[in-house]
Amino acid sequence: MSEIRLLTGNEAVVRGALAAGCRCYFGYPITPQNAIPELMSQLLPEVGGQFVQAESEVASANMLLGAAATGTRAMTSSSSPGISLKQEAISYMAASHLPGVIVNMNRGGPGLGDIGSSQGDYFQATRGGGHGDYRTLVLAPASCQEAYDMMIQAFDLAFKYRNPVLLLGDAIVGQMKEPVKMWQPAPVNPAEAADWRLEGADGRESRVIMSLYLAEGALAGQNRCLMAKYERMKTEVAAETYAVEDAELIVVAYGSIGRIAKSSVRKLREQGHRVGLVRPLTLYPYPDKVLENLAAQGKKFITIEHNTGQMVEDVRLAVRHHTDSAFFGYMPGNMPASDDFMEPILKALE
Amino acid sequence: MSVTHVNEELVFEAPKLMTTKATHYCPGCHHGTAHRLVAEVLEEMNLPKETICIGSIGCSVFIYNYLELDTVEAPHGRAPAVATGVKRSRPDRIVFTYQGDGDLASIGLAEIMHAANRGERITIIFINNTVYGMTGGQMAPTTLIGQKTTTSPGGRTLENEGAPMKMAEIIATLGGCAYSARVALDTVPNIRKAKKAIRHAFEIQQQELGLSFVEILATCPTNWRMDAVTANKRLTEEMIPAFPLGVFVDASSEIKEGAQ
Amino acid sequence: MIMSRVVFLEERCKGCLLCTLACPKKIIEQSSRFNRHGYKVVEVSDENMSKCIGCAFCATVCPDCVITVYRSKKTEKE
Repeated sequence: MSEIRLLTGNEAVVRGALAAGCRCYFGYPITPQNAIPELMSQLLPEVGGQFVQAESEVASANMLLGAAATGTRAMTSSSSPGISLKQEAISYMAASHLPGVIVNMNRGGPGLGDIGSSQGDYFQATRGGGHGDYRTLVLAPASCQEAYDMMIQAFDLAFKYRNPVLLLGDAIVGQMKEPVKMWQPAPVNPAEAADWRLEGADGRESRVIMSLYLAEGALAGQNRCLMAKYERMKTEVAAETYAVEDAELIVVAYGSIGRIAKSSVRKLREQGHRVGLVRPLTLYPYPDKVLENLAAQGKKFITIEHNTGQMVEDVRLAVRHHTDSAFFGYMPGNMPASDDFMEPILKALE
Repeated sequence: MSVTHVNEELVFEAPKLMTTKATHYCPGCHHGTAHRLVAEVLEEMNLPKETICIGSIGCSVFIYNYLELDTVEAPHGRAPAVATGVKRSRPDRIVFTYQGDGDLASIGLAEIMHAANRGERITIIFINNTVYGMTGGQMAPTTLIGQKTTTSPGGRTLENEGAPMKMAEIIATLGGCAYSARVALDTVPNIRKAKKAIRHAFEIQQQELGLSFVEILATCPTNWRMDAVTANKRLTEEMIPAFPLGVFVDASSEIKEGAQ
Repeated sequence: MIMSRVVFLEERCKGCLLCTLACPKKIIEQSSRFNRHGYKVVEVSDENMSKCIGCAFCATVCPDCVITVYRSKKTEKE
């Protein structure tokens, strides 16, 4: 019977990572994710792992790249400005086919912004974030339990596709406290990276992990290979749907906002309004088919986000052959409640 | 009738660790020499089968084409951080970075300072040729006062561009640095000393005493706008006076020595 | 009497001439021949080769692993 413990989302990320076999953590202080490096610094040594507080988020992301190169389950975490600093390394990891987990507890932006919650990093998270044509898998937890579960999933996906995986949380998910069932996944296969990891060329050809392709046509080949991988990743798409069958209007929202919007939908249902919810769990690959099928049934859409409108573009793309999507952006810097979404949803219902 | 027996002894050949491919380096560029010294040392210490090389961005970005070692390419300036990740995840491996002066002393300064300060058990092979080579000869942190480059056309001045950074001395002041030395590749005796320093650096890593750092003065004939022989002369006459050779810290023998 | 020799892998020579500086016997010279890459390669003339002492100074300074050095000892046996 796995233990249930009251954890913040940040703590759940750490517990999930350790359960997933993470043995290297590289990080740097930034609110609202400080509990992650703090707890890692206590727990990692107990399991024979390595904790390093780096001199910057740039350095910690490159330490992750190094640990990944030896086939080690490793991660880094930060929040918005810090995630911006990690983008070059993440692009290198994607281009070098290196697995690794990056956690972003999204805070208010742009610039220094605030330490409150926001979803302003959606574009950065789902469009690669750094230079070049690449993608990371992106998972979006809305609860401390999902933060735990998705960390385990993130490591498995990272090594399955040899690709960086981003867990996009936010200040709400990171700092709220909930009971978390700390289930233990199957142990890590020690040979999961045996055929590519660096360890010293002992009686074999040396292995090179790099992303420089100067020869004619070489980079084109590499990019085709990356795109083929991202096509294969599409099978990992996942979304929660709630009361969509008879719904006239579908609310689309993810993460903490998806959870708050679910309460709004539930209240409106009790008042007899036929509304439903789609909450994407993976932001890349995006659940566009789910939305398209609902659009084909003539349903209307409203996207609700904690930013000035980012995921709404993906919703519009998904439903473009059938309809459009209304949008309500709750301004970052304030804390939304389910009542804040009632009026915009009702308006979209007309 | 006297019979003359001529028994021939091979006294010098290219190390096996170096691939037979011709390098892309310019004529007279000392990267080739530095690569060979690293290869010779690793071979003599029987380390290649447990060594991981961290390549950097610069002319030496193709090091993996020349040394038969498991290698990961680090983004520009980040090799000491990548090396930290590699060594922390595999403390039983020999890990070294091979970096130029733009990579290490400019964009990567924070990374090398903190890797040294943390005492990461890694070895840093730092090639100082006073310019950015790969990108066409721009000023580097180690460009000498008065030296003309494509971004200091009037010659580097103290007032505008500051003075060349002396990395071996700077790194030696950091607590986690167990060995820091500066060597040069302009003459046979200096090349032999350079090889000894490189060997000692890897021994320091084996003894887990902390970070080992070898700054290697080298030429860049193309971007100094000189032929190889003149460039070699400049190394002797201008670079060595500006960058004194010597061992600045050696934890293994507790020498706190200044320049030799 | 020591009689040694050096062998140049001419295809890898880049004509940088650093070896000509290092040779204590000053027997390495730039030839008039070009290799496939268009570099003027170095050489030691046949009569000069006898002056080679096999010190490997040339090979030590060569950045391109062009030079292999053999040292031979002649023993007079009755």
